[in-house]
Amino acid sequence: MALLEIDNLSVHYGAIHAIKSVSVRVEQGQIVTLIGSNGAGKTTTLRAVSGMVRPTGGRVLYQGRPLAGLPAHKIVRMGISQAPEGRGVFANLTVRENLGLGAYIRKDHAAVAQDMDKALSIFPRLRERLGQMAGTLSGGEQQMLAIARALLARPRLLLLDEPSLGLAPQMVQLIFRIIREINQSGTTILLVEQNAHMALQVAHHAVVLEVGQSTLSGPAADLAASDEVRKAYLGHG
Amino acid sequence: MGTLFDATFFDTMIASVAVGSLYALIALGYTMVYGILKFINFAHSDVFVLGAWTAFTTTTALIAWTGLSAAGAPWWLGPIVLGVAMVVCGVTAFCIERFAYRPLRKAPRLNVLITAIGVSLLLQNFNQLPPAPGLARTATVSFPFGPTPKTMPELLPDVILNESIIATGTLGGGERRGQVLLDRAVTVLPGRTYRLDVTRQTEAGPVVARFNLNNPPVGEVQAGTPLVTQPLRPPAEMQGLAYVLVQVPAVTIRLVDVAIVGTAAVLMVGLLWLVFRTRLGAAMRAVSFSIENAALMGVNVNFVISFTFVLGACLAAAAGFLYPIKYPSLQQPASDVWVLLGLKAFVAAVVGGIGNIRGAVLGGFLIAFIEFFGETYLSATIGSGLQDIYVFTTLILVLLLRPAGLLGTPVREKV
Repeated sequence: MALLEIDNLSVHYGAIHAIKSVSVRVEQGQIVTLIGSNGAGKTTTLRAVSGMVRPTGGRVLYQGRPLAGLPAHKIVRMGISQAPEGRGVFANLTVRENLGLGAYIRKDHAAVAQDMDKALSIFPRLRERLGQMAGTLSGGEQQMLAIARALLARPRLLLLDEPSLGLAPQMVQLIFRIIREINQSGTTILLVEQNAHMALQVAHHAVVLEVGQSTLSGPAADLAASDEVRKAYLGHG
Repeated sequence: MGTLFDATFFDTMIASVAVGSLYALIALGYTMVYGILKFINFAHSDVFVLGAWTAFTTTTALIAWTGLSAAGAPWWLGPIVLGVAMVVCGVTAFCIERFAYRPLRKAPRLNVLITAIGVSLLLQNFNQLPPAPGLARTATVSFPFGPTPKTMPELLPDVILNESIIATGTLGGGERRGQVLLDRAVTVLPGRTYRLDVTRQTEAGPVVARFNLNNPPVGEVQAGTPLVTQPLRPPAEMQGLAYVLVQVPAVTIRLVDVAIVGTAAVLMVGLLWLVFRTRLGAAMRAVSFSIENAALMGVNVNFVISFTFVLGACLAAAAGFLYPIKYPSLQQPASDVWVLLGLKAFVAAVVGGIGNIRGAVLGGFLIAFIEFFGETYLSATIGSGLQDIYVFTTLILVLLLRPAGLLGTPVREKV
């Protein structure tokens, strides 16, 4: 059984049919990436998984259980946490408080303190800024904070929405190295990226989304090699 | 007017701090709801009125049911009345949010605003309905509260905390009735009030009769000098009773004011602790920044919003409980007096920076200071009774010069 199974998912925003038919399987332990151009429905797919939008058709199964209709805060408790698009850090809270909210659902305070320490050793820059308001961080630091915060929920499945968006190339390298490390320590990741090049490098499996439909899927290496993907998303003519 | 820091100044200061803490308590409810839902809960001031009238009804009911005398209420009556007012207001605010505002969570903000005004009118008029027959068992206990003004029974005795006893003794009788022979030498200061308290034991407990001294000789007064009381002389049956001679200070600190400021301070410090030092408080601030992202952290947003409404209502209930302790005449629930009070608390929240909790506290005190100091020091030159004009002028100036309020951060577009 796949950890997450999105089957023929459909979402409407009012009259707009944002995604029509998206199917994605995420196996335990993998990094699966959704790639596609702007407006293909990548973010909407993630929002349907995390409970931010209600699907109008299809199924989302997590460990075999349907997620449709559950409120977002209950889905987090089932082991799915998300670093949302645009980072979504709470600018009016300190870095420490942001991290604390990542662990909001947990009661095991000693383990939270350990995980906090672990997250801060992955992102040493955040340690220096613990008492600072999150709004004063740079874009890269905010992205680090968003990922660290999502990790503090101790998710089985981590949803990352455009983690490289707006970051300097060096920072992008760093973030992707960390994504791989997080996965190697046992967390399954569903990664939404416009930077298909980087995404296909770290992912095991990839799904291509085009105007609200999943059109291609397969091992990331195969997709990276396919002419179609190279042409459309990797900038090779 | 004498020096700047004279008795008038300190009296004005005490009144400002006492009333300012009430404004601050109410302003906090406005600002917390705005911080989370970005709309003005116009029904909030009516929750405050509900708190005041619930406090009144609970007090009269407890006095009627327990057979206590209205004069000497025991100390534990206050906390019970406060608790009942908080529960009633908290439940009301929960229902308002749950049934009036939550269905409109995704509607345009104007719709919610209009609904808020509707809820405000509903509460105002409901509170003023004639008492339901089943609930009006006595003349004083009624719910709803009816359209007539009432007077709050004394929950706290009117005690001046910083007065001092300068002599004690027993009252003489006969020819010397109304005169007090000092048992020791005392120093009488000019311009002060001196009071004679005589305690008489009755079946209902000790009763204190108070007599002011009429023009006591200023300076050192020898033992055995007779002092004359005014306006009433102690009755003949008081002869032989113990008296204490009390010197009333120029600036009086009353138990009522200390109780108001103390209760408000405890509640405000508790609120700041809750919001800035606890996990739930962090969740509240997270929701106020982004409802969606807070939900992604596992925060139950509906719970946090309900909690915020109930919390704001409890503070308003506390203000409603404290207000009639200082100003015992309660106007009917739909009276302009209440509307104006609620409006000033709202102005306090805006002046401090709506959405900012520390700003609401600052604004509350600031508005009261402007109101009381303006009335005290400008009435001779500009005219009396203009305190509301000072308050609203302040609002206009702040909105012109610092539209986000004193502690508010200017709204910026999200990128």
